[in-house]
Amino acid sequence: MTASNIKKSDYLSRFTGALKSNPIIVLLVVVSIIVGFSVDKFFSWGNLGNLISNTAIRFLIALGVSGCLITKGTDLSAGRQVGFAACLAGVLVQRGNYAGRLFKSIPEMNMWLVLLIVLVVGAVIGLMNGWIISSFKVPPFITTLGTQTIVYGICLVFTDAQPVGGFQANYTRLITGRIGNPKGFYLPYLLFVAIFFGLLFWFIYNKTCHGKYMYAIGGNEVAAEVSGVNTNKTILRIYVIAGVMYAFAGYLLAAKSGGASASMGMGYELEAIAGCTIGGVSTTGGIGKVPGILVGVLVFELLKIVLQFLGMNPYYNYIVQGLVIVVAVALDVRKYIAKR
Amino acid sequence: MSEYLLEMKDVSKAFPGVQALNHAQLQLKSGHVHALMGENGAGKSTLMKCMFGIYRMDEGQIFMDGRPVVIKDPIDALSKGISMVHQELQQVPARSIGENIYLGRYPVKKLFGFIPMVDHKKMYADADRVLKKVKLPYDSTKAVGILSTSQMQLVEIAKAVSAGCRVLILDEPTSSLTESEVETLFDIINDLKKDGVAIVYISHKMEEILKISDEVTVMRDGHYIGTWDAKTLTTGDIITKMVGRELTRLYPERENVPGEVVFEVEDFTSINPKSFRHVSFSVRKGEILGISGLVGAQRTELMEGLFGIREHSSGKIKLYGKELKVSCPKDAIDHGVAMLTENRRVSGIMGALSVSDNISISSLKNYLDYGIAINSEKVEKLVAEDVEKMKIKTPSGETPIQTLSGGNQQKVIIGRWLANSPDVLILDEPTRGIDVGAKYEIYCIIAELAKQGKSILMISSEMGEILGMSDRIMVMCDGRCTGILDGKDATQEKIMALATQFE
Ligand SMILES: Nc1ncnc2c1ncn2[C@@H]1O[C@H](COP(=O)(O)OP(=O)(O)OP(=O)(O)O)[C@@H](O)[C@H]1O
Ligand SMILES: [Mg+2]
Repeated sequence: MTASNIKKSDYLSRFTGALKSNPIIVLLVVVSIIVGFSVDKFFSWGNLGNLISNTAIRFLIALGVSGCLITKGTDLSAGRQVGFAACLAGVLVQRGNYAGRLFKSIPEMNMWLVLLIVLVVGAVIGLMNGWIISSFKVPPFITTLGTQTIVYGICLVFTDAQPVGGFQANYTRLITGRIGNPKGFYLPYLLFVAIFFGLLFWFIYNKTCHGKYMYAIGGNEVAAEVSGVNTNKTILRIYVIAGVMYAFAGYLLAAKSGGASASMGMGYELEAIAGCTIGGVSTTGGIGKVPGILVGVLVFELLKIVLQFLGMNPYYNYIVQGLVIVVAVALDVRKYIAKR
Repeated sequence: MSEYLLEMKDVSKAFPGVQALNHAQLQLKSGHVHALMGENGAGKSTLMKCMFGIYRMDEGQIFMDGRPVVIKDPIDALSKGISMVHQELQQVPARSIGENIYLGRYPVKKLFGFIPMVDHKKMYADADRVLKKVKLPYDSTKAVGILSTSQMQLVEIAKAVSAGCRVLILDEPTSSLTESEVETLFDIINDLKKDGVAIVYISHKMEEILKISDEVTVMRDGHYIGTWDAKTLTTGDIITKMVGRELTRLYPERENVPGEVVFEVEDFTSINPKSFRHVSFSVRKGEILGISGLVGAQRTELMEGLFGIREHSSGKIKLYGKELKVSCPKDAIDHGVAMLTENRRVSGIMGALSVSDNISISSLKNYLDYGIAINSEKVEKLVAEDVEKMKIKTPSGETPIQTLSGGNQQKVIIGRWLANSPDVLILDEPTRGIDVGAKYEIYCIIAELAKQGKSILMISSEMGEILGMSDRIMVMCDGRCTGILDGKDATQEKIMALATQFE
């Protein structure tokens, strides 16, 4: 049985094999190298740092939504949850002496306490999603379509559709904070946040019962249930974790932008879902790996920066991004068809 | 003109990690039933999928009426007159029986003479006629989802037959049919034979093979072993050719000694008035209780009720004398009751997941380090043990279960419950689709579990299995328990008498 499958595998053929199986990634890397050499400043530490920060936040959101996708669900409320978390964080971390404070009655709060509050609120929204989906069996697409609008509405009411600014200085330093030379090579704090969560999710997905149950539900929910998996609880947990991740991303996003508004985070759910699918998370359920998700998100962010450097009309960006999503997934699916 | 209607020559096909077919061949004569035999994973289904255009052959040729043909895909196969009933059911449960039968080839009529639309009236009328032929007492406008597994299988057969084919492939068509349904199928096959249809018949049931087939081709590990006239063969011959060695006995010596009563069911009644009602029985420690009955006797429903998949309105379950409340499978499993469900595809396998994940899913808690991290080495060890013990044919533990042959998938699911080590194990058709050699291995495992003191409830539609393996036999008819026989003095006649005791 084993003799036939161990073919002569020299490194070259293995390398070309890896290239062939990830055409879209190869293509993007090649394009960015070409752009890099033809456009000034593309290969700069500043640009790298920027790429890392953008990717880090999107990666957190994608990690959140990945659990939903792996269990054949989805989460359309992700972007609005990010936006709400950003506004909530923004309002709570405003400086005590800032004239435009939204809620004058509350005292200036410690930013870590704010983080805690934001995460708890995120968890509650996730719990709501998960509860509706698991207890009432409302399809995730519909449930989160509903909560998406609800959360947006709450956010508008809460901020009165006004932009929020005047943050405490140490809050914004979270993002601008970095290790290394400010003019030369540096690594933003966000990189370490992303690495931490990447490892954490890798651990959860591969090493814990929760992770295995998640894949099992995606593979066959009925079979998982008769095998003793508490499917409702697992799904509930997935959406709560997702809510917390969006909240965290929102907290960071407000700090990064130095301000927040209700329109923040719009469309992020689609980017996150796209990143996941480009990274090999299967929409038919049961399949998806953390490194893949990272690559998917990274590729998408890289694409955006490349387009920006090429000086293309930003309206065209949407067209190109859309094409990449469809082409990437089509190529990916072909890999499986070819095996027949 | 060739003497063969269809001929496959020198067919090879490799999947990652397995050479599924290695210069296999097959010759079909018009009006003959050709049995294709071999162990689980021998390559029978793969060969048929090559003929039906689902897989592309790496090597080899197909001839029809002596002329070489290329079969690109299933649509191509159908247009050349080849139909296939798949080993795994492939239906759209929410749609009607009629629509499933005519899926992909709906009768079309023209509205106002030019707008094409599906001719529902004709479709349902035709479908009703086909259903009558397979003796299925249902209106073809009903959804397929309401049917039982065996009835779905009949619909699948109806679908193939109604296509008016020249070659009909039946891949384990009887794996979930009862004896009377098998008779119906044989009638249909005999009609088709008269019409000159060539039939490929794949089954692990030896009696059927000798009864229905004209020729027998045996495969082993993707190789062609030979083709013989069925009349010249005995069951023993076929088994020897399949397994490559002689198999002296069909059932193992059982050394289990039933002890005290462990599992009791009192007056158990479904919420559905047509389903099981007022069923009472008990199972002892180390006892194998066979559960027999005709199709529709509600055996599966009863067991699913005990396991918490279906709801019950009244009645009690007692485990070790204490009442057990079961509202979902997890409740049962947490108390040491496990169940191998009937329909592997619907409620057994998690297709995209690996063999290893499929085996370990219900016993993950046993392999935790520090109460949270799963120890991969322990899981690998368990998987290696199961693969070894049940001779599961798989390239590795990481292979997705959906690429395994049907019988091997079944073994993986049995492995799942062995790993969980329950006190009470409910087996619903445990050897469905498993070859003779492996069946014996599974019987040995069941006997061993009983010897270790586990209580086993085994539903089976195979009379031989029930008589050969049970300490006691509970017979059901129409939702009621009509009697419990002692294994030693039970006979086929006594069981049938109880199984047909309608009110
Ligand atoms: N799509 C696939 N991908 C990879 N391997 C496959 C695939 N389909 C079948 N195989 C492998 O090919 C071999 C032959 O499988 P096949 O399904 O033809 O067996 P079979 O003779 O029909 O067995 P059974 O009696 O259990 O149904 C098996 O080892 C199986 O694991
Ligand atoms: Mg098969």
